Amino acid sequence: MSMMRNTLLASVLLMAGAVPAFAASEADYKTALSAAEAAEQQAGQLRNKWTTTEAQLAAAKKAATAGDFDAAIKAATEAEALAKASIFQATSEKERWKDLEIR
Amino acid sequence: MRARSVLTSAAAALAFATLASLAASAIAATDAPDPAADAKAFKKFFTDKFPKVKVEDFVNGPYSMNEDMHKQWEEKEQFPPYEFALEAGKEMFSKPFKNGKTYADCFANGGIGIRQNYPYFDEKEGKVVTLELALNRCREANGEQPYSYVKDEMASLTAYMAFTSRGKPMDIKIPSDPRALAAYENGKRYFYTRRGQLNFSCATCHVQSPGERIRAEILAPAYGILNAMPIYRSEWNGMGTISRRFITCNSQTRAVPLEPQSDEYRDVEYFLSYVANGLPISGPGARP
Repeated sequence: MSMMRNTLLASVLLMAGAVPAFAASEADYKTALSAAEAAEQQAGQLRNKWTTTEAQLAAAKKAATAGDFDAAIKAATEAEALAKASIFQATSEKERWKDLEIR
Repeated sequence: MRARSVLTSAAAALAFATLASLAASAIAATDAPDPAADAKAFKKFFTDKFPKVKVEDFVNGPYSMNEDMHKQWEEKEQFPPYEFALEAGKEMFSKPFKNGKTYADCFANGGIGIRQNYPYFDEKEGKVVTLELALNRCREANGEQPYSYVKDEMASLTAYMAFTSRGKPMDIKIPSDPRALAAYENGKRYFYTRRGQLNFSCATCHVQSPGERIRAEILAPAYGILNAMPIYRSEWNGMGTISRRFITCNSQTRAVPLEPQSDEYRDVEYFLSYVANGLPISGPGARP
């Protein structure tokens, strides 16, 4: 009886593992894009946007238009990370630029 | 006993406050803008780094960095690639606008031999005015459409105006106006600030690495870097203005360039020109 129960449990677990992960939805993409665009807007206010961020944002929109929300979310997430790095750079350079100054 | 302790504490506090105040004023003195000291330090840095380069030769950028490059430049100057732009600029400069006026009506001395005074700080506007900006303002004041800051017409006009100033020492003034000093400082900050995904500042290439190669190019020293503008660049297969140079530099570091003639670009031009005071105008120039 116990062996049968174990076999059943193992089968259920195997079946659960075999179910593919849900594809990303448009709503998930919109959330990711919104976060990326907010970060990029902040980078713009600091006058420090990066071309690579812009490229990832464009790639995200292109993928979403084609209906590939997995790729769109990946690009939007990358864009957000790049925008946050540019914000960090602009913030730290507010004082650090002096390290390079010829005196 | 208690009174003595209080007195000792008060004296110690006073001494600490005095020391802190002295330290603060020392820091303030170090950080206080001093363009003349900056210019002196700038010149010393480059002349110490390149003791064999004649001071007036720094304006030739990468061609000043070694003998082979200098020979290349001398040969190029026999048939300079900017010659067509220069001719076109001369013609454009003298051709009247639709209202019959010309560029000469907008500038001191009819626009001849004045390149070394640009950019200047306009106390009325409270901002830096570059030659490119002044040319477009002249056009607009006379009912003409402004030119693109990065295309051939602007490069041709500034090439001609630079040519009429060749050999004249750069002569940029910082008037006694806190806004002028702020613009200079803003330009300096922009020059040294790292930006773009590659984390480069203007100084990364043109202070830390002049004479070194970046891919196939030899980097120019920052000292006198604008004296040769505008330039014909083989890489561009055409002429380029100062605006174009700044925009390209930003893009190369993977930073989104600012709009041409933005405050930052105007201010960095002011800073770089001021610290090159005394070096001769050599524009238009040619670069690899």
